[in-house]
Amino acid sequence: MKEKTTKEKMRKIPFKVYLRNTWQLYLMLLIPVVYMLLFRYKPMIGGIIAFKKFNVFAGIWNSPWVGLANFKEAFGSKDFWNALKNTLILNAGDLVIGFPIPVFLAVFLFEIRNIHIRKATQTILYLPHFLSWVIIAGIITQLFSTSGLVNDLIRKAGFTEINFLSTPFVWRFVYWFSGVWQSAGYSLIIYLAALSATDPSLGEAAYIDGATRLQRIAYVTIPQIRATISIMLIMQLGKIVSIDFDRPYMIGNTLVKSASDVISTYVYSVGLQAGRFDFATAVGLFQSVVGIVMILSVNKISKKMGEEGIM
Amino acid sequence: MSELRSKADKRFQFFWNIFFVVISIVALIPIIRVVSMSFSSKDAILGGRVFLYPVQFTAEAYGRAFKSGSFLTSFLYSIFLMLGSTVVCLIMTVMAAYPLSKKNLKGGTVIMTLFVLTMYLDPGIIPKYLNVRDFKMIDTVWALIIPEALSAYNMIIMCTAFKGLDSSLYEAAKIDGCNEIQTLFKVALPLVYPTLATLALFYAVGRWNRLSDVLYYVNSSGLYTVQMVLKQLIESVAISQQEGIATQLVADNIKSASIVISMTPMLIAYPFIQKYFTKGIMLGAVKG
Repeated sequence: MKEKTTKEKMRKIPFKVYLRNTWQLYLMLLIPVVYMLLFRYKPMIGGIIAFKKFNVFAGIWNSPWVGLANFKEAFGSKDFWNALKNTLILNAGDLVIGFPIPVFLAVFLFEIRNIHIRKATQTILYLPHFLSWVIIAGIITQLFSTSGLVNDLIRKAGFTEINFLSTPFVWRFVYWFSGVWQSAGYSLIIYLAALSATDPSLGEAAYIDGATRLQRIAYVTIPQIRATISIMLIMQLGKIVSIDFDRPYMIGNTLVKSASDVISTYVYSVGLQAGRFDFATAVGLFQSVVGIVMILSVNKISKKMGEEGIM
Repeated sequence: MSELRSKADKRFQFFWNIFFVVISIVALIPIIRVVSMSFSSKDAILGGRVFLYPVQFTAEAYGRAFKSGSFLTSFLYSIFLMLGSTVVCLIMTVMAAYPLSKKNLKGGTVIMTLFVLTMYLDPGIIPKYLNVRDFKMIDTVWALIIPEALSAYNMIIMCTAFKGLDSSLYEAAKIDGCNEIQTLFKVALPLVYPTLATLALFYAVGRWNRLSDVLYYVNSSGLYTVQMVLKQLIESVAISQQEGIATQLVADNIKSASIVISMTPMLIAYPFIQKYFTKGIMLGAVKG
């Protein structure tokens, strides 16, 4: 009752009085809102140069329209398809190799009773998440170059060395490995949190019914964290065409260009390095649009399958 | 029967304990390796004698790394840049999140949508670059602060934290004669301190580690962050190897020392990071 009356009173407050109480809030909001308009929405409008022939002197607005010419050129360019293909291959590998590993680690780490080993493993695996890709690239070179640790071991074992960093096919595995090393700990923590929210009595009941540990993991534990697993999967699937810049740029090198050139680095090199703003914007726009379509459709599919969506 | 089970259980525990110890050691090897290289002598490295511990222990490489070119300057500059941009980011985030956390704010939903949409709509590198250029920020330190000054994702986390506060606190403050700004500083901010710390770490780690915007927006080496200087250092070696030139431009131990130096701020902050980031991930997860 009481709440209702205050609510009714609220509605009756004249706008002037409302502003007298809240103008400071609006003043506070002003700067972030203007910021968002200038630094997030204005560039979106600037994206129209994807449909123009950009002239430095004319600027974005006065450059002549060329319709879809930039897109046509992109779709006719071998480099573009190569970048798109590599983006998909590298992301698919991250999905196939990188996605199951933390789930596996979390499920078994959760079964371990030794709290010290549990804590230490978590701490150590999470650490690389806070290293920059520049640092990781430096470390990777030390590990996988011809004079690196891995090749030292290979030579000691009596095999011939492998050119990890200069053979495009093998390089991809180095890239995927770097992803596992960098981010497995992060996902591990998410899954462990999900696991600690599960109901232990279900596992105990299964235990009394004679289920083996592996059966309990497969039929009791994992189904309970299914929602978390599916959300993580959706987010990664939704990002299958978009790729971070720092990682492929730093881990890649000129010798494996055919495998390490991805959309983000391609946009950088044709746009900022070669100065073809209009063409590079078109490529970026293509990626953004496909990205949104992917997120929306993956989200929809997962909701149809009865899973939680991310939106 | 129960004894059999417990025996199986002991075996299970034993096996997986060992498994995780091995996994942890393997995950640490890259870091151990780079630290050992940094403390080894040049000859020991060239002779291939360094494995997972320093050979002919020397800290000479650290002295050389700090003396070489602009490393020390860029290191200190990066620290200040990180602190400064974190402060700017936090102020922006709070200024957006606090008003939007109020349930009765007129127009709040529209503005919230404005923020949320930016998480999905990406204009791409080039329009962002042209925008930064429009504001004459290319080749200034502002290009490394302003374009990433506010993340909608972090703003939502902050907003959730404000919403979680007991509304009777706000009413009490109001009765005591606080206006909104006083309420924010005296009541709300002290109570959301853990979230504030988490976001500070998000922003700080992001700024410290990011290379891309330095590459996009900055040309003069005076504005290079430590990541950029490190990148050049690493690549000067890689290029010389690729061209088959025997002499490396930068010796491996100096390169390693530079990598270790660039890691230290994150390693020092790691205990805090671990505490708050874990919380932060969960905040995000709740939101998701």
